[in-house]
Amino acid sequence: MPYGLPRRSALGLLLGAAGAVALGGVAACSSDDDKSATTPEETGPVELTYWTWAPNMDKIVEVWNKANPNIKVTISNQGGGNESAAKFLTAAKAGNAPDIMQAEYQMLPSFVAAEAVADIKSLVSGAKPAFSDGLWGLVTLGTDAVYGLPQDSGPMGLFYRVDLLEKYGVAVPKTWDEYAAAARKVHAADKSVYFGGFSNKDGGWFAGLSQQAGGQWWSIAGDTWKVGINDAATTKVADFWGGLVKDGVVDTQAWWSNEWNAAFTNGKLLTWCSAVWAPGVLSSNVPSTKGKWAMAPLPQWNAGESFSGFWGGSAASISASSKHKSAAAKFLTWLNTDPAAVDLLVKQAQVYPAATAGQSSLSTPPEYFSNQASFWSDAAAISSGARGFTFGPDVNAAYTAYEDSFGKAIQAKSSFTDALTSVQQATIADMTKAGFKVAS
Amino acid sequence: MSPRTPRTGARFRAGAVPYVFLTPAMALFVAFFAVPIGYTLYLGTRGTKISGLGLGKGSRREVSVGFDNYKATLTDHEFWAGWLRVLGYGVVVLTVMLGLAVLFALLLDSAHARLKRLSRIAIFLPYAVPGVVASLLWGFLYLPSLSPIHTVLHWFGIQADLFDPDVVMFSMANIAVWGGTGFNMLVLYTHLRSISPEYYEAARLDGASEFQIATRIKLPMLVPSLILTTVFSIIATSQVFTEPMTLRPISNTISSTWSPLMTVFTQAFKNLDLYSAAATSIVIAAISLVLSFGFLRVVRKRAFSEES
Repeated sequence: MPYGLPRRSALGLLLGAAGAVALGGVAACSSDDDKSATTPEETGPVELTYWTWAPNMDKIVEVWNKANPNIKVTISNQGGGNESAAKFLTAAKAGNAPDIMQAEYQMLPSFVAAEAVADIKSLVSGAKPAFSDGLWGLVTLGTDAVYGLPQDSGPMGLFYRVDLLEKYGVAVPKTWDEYAAAARKVHAADKSVYFGGFSNKDGGWFAGLSQQAGGQWWSIAGDTWKVGINDAATTKVADFWGGLVKDGVVDTQAWWSNEWNAAFTNGKLLTWCSAVWAPGVLSSNVPSTKGKWAMAPLPQWNAGESFSGFWGGSAASISASSKHKSAAAKFLTWLNTDPAAVDLLVKQAQVYPAATAGQSSLSTPPEYFSNQASFWSDAAAISSGARGFTFGPDVNAAYTAYEDSFGKAIQAKSSFTDALTSVQQATIADMTKAGFKVAS
Repeated sequence: MSPRTPRTGARFRAGAVPYVFLTPAMALFVAFFAVPIGYTLYLGTRGTKISGLGLGKGSRREVSVGFDNYKATLTDHEFWAGWLRVLGYGVVVLTVMLGLAVLFALLLDSAHARLKRLSRIAIFLPYAVPGVVASLLWGFLYLPSLSPIHTVLHWFGIQADLFDPDVVMFSMANIAVWGGTGFNMLVLYTHLRSISPEYYEAARLDGASEFQIATRIKLPMLVPSLILTTVFSIIATSQVFTEPMTLRPISNTISSTWSPLMTVFTQAFKNLDLYSAAATSIVIAAISLVLSFGFLRVVRKRAFSEES
């Protein structure tokens, strides 16, 4: 097998090609092996399909296609993270998956478990130093394999209306205690106004807040998955919000709805715990409040700390069935580590790049936040304190259980600890049913 | 050619002709009905077996799990709670929607009706609006800060949450009634138009009023169409999906398993468990069949025994 061959630079590409063939499971008979070992597959023009939902990706790919006529990449938008993940898994099962797939970090374990994405360790061996350890861990899943290259990330911060905080006489909260006090003060001043909101619509958001507190929802012990969704740290987070929801001092309406946008527009919602990609959302959903916002670090659990968590962010992976893995890896390495490409990712696709060098090269703040000149250096500071997380193989089931349980708890103003317990139970039940070995 | 040849050929053809004519229908039935259902039944008996963490190559295998998935569906409380919700929803939709459809059909057919064509189109038009669009439209109308409904309710001092757990079923039924009445009205009205006017003349000669004609003659003659529309509506409501699915993002009250069909969607595309989804689909199909045929059995004796 080609894995055993020594690595020589002249053979690099060749090895990659052979490795790709072996990985794809098409190297069934030895004569094929010999053939692929002597003729590199990348001699002729190669066409790659790439599923992504990042905006303007076609323009970035155009730059690549012009410089690399032999590796032509075609973009296809199959909908957002959830939607395209379901489509990708179905396509992989049917044997017609795209070569390259944008994969949200939390979906990657599901893709790996379904054997839909390839281990590209040998093809991207030089890429590791370009990323922080926390992000790199999200594509290795804590194993020896590499299942993609980090593309963008979403360290969380507190986004607030500068003018309205002044109006209600509250300072930017440094701790969650201060946040709670501010929430009570603002709502007491005007019953129709809320300092912040809690959402049951996005498990990823709550997961990010739990990361900040040090929660570890999934971990690996030997060949057993450990599920700790109701661990002490996450329970602390749930109880904190549960108390605010019970007292009715935080907004609980469904996020991403027109009603929610209107609340921001009308100044009924003063802050949003979100991630660095928030400017993009705010500028399209709440265009009229441009220049009135600023970003601060998330409130901390203990004064003086500077922790954050990740909400969102994605990697680009190569599908297990792709016949052109080394060509795809070349493209991905360029897209996510080449300074010019990362610059395009930031400017065109409007993402917060995963590449460390890309993060520190950002200078001009987003137009929507033009009042905060230090936006990107603030973001880099937040990012450096962002705690990672190991995602399990059934994140979607956990997030769905979160939506249902916390939705009920919000309506009934009942215990968030109980809601969290039922999320834990539903997640374990789902994993057990799928055949995983689980410990809680 | 010997004289025997055409005869045997003819005999052969005579025997085969019915099958030749049947072939297209059978092929279509097998390809688009029997095979998919058979495959779904089969998928329902499958599951995954994982060795180790399930991350490495070949660590996840598809295995037979017998009837475990079916058992799991049948013993899932949330699944039956979903049916209960849909039952309540169905009772509201069926009675209100078909009641309105009958009323409108009779009114349009009455001798005194004016602006028939316009009214007919106006009542039918919502049916032409796709379910998702209708749900989005009503969803906006249900949200407090955007909706004129709430403004009107405020005048009367009412502060209502149209997404309240106890109210949301009616909010959803309203969408279905709005969208479905026109179609059912049209079916019933078309039937009314095909009834010979001689009956009405005879009734009028006997001194029957318009109201009596409607209740004593038209309604009984409508029964077969009413049965048809009821069966259609039972099938449609037991598979309710679009309305709760579209309203779910703007409300905290609609869970991912609100209706049985949403459970299938959640299993297949959220939890990525096609096997459970297949089993649940089969159970839903069976229940829908039982409901529709059960209804037909109950009414057949009463409705059709007089005719035949």
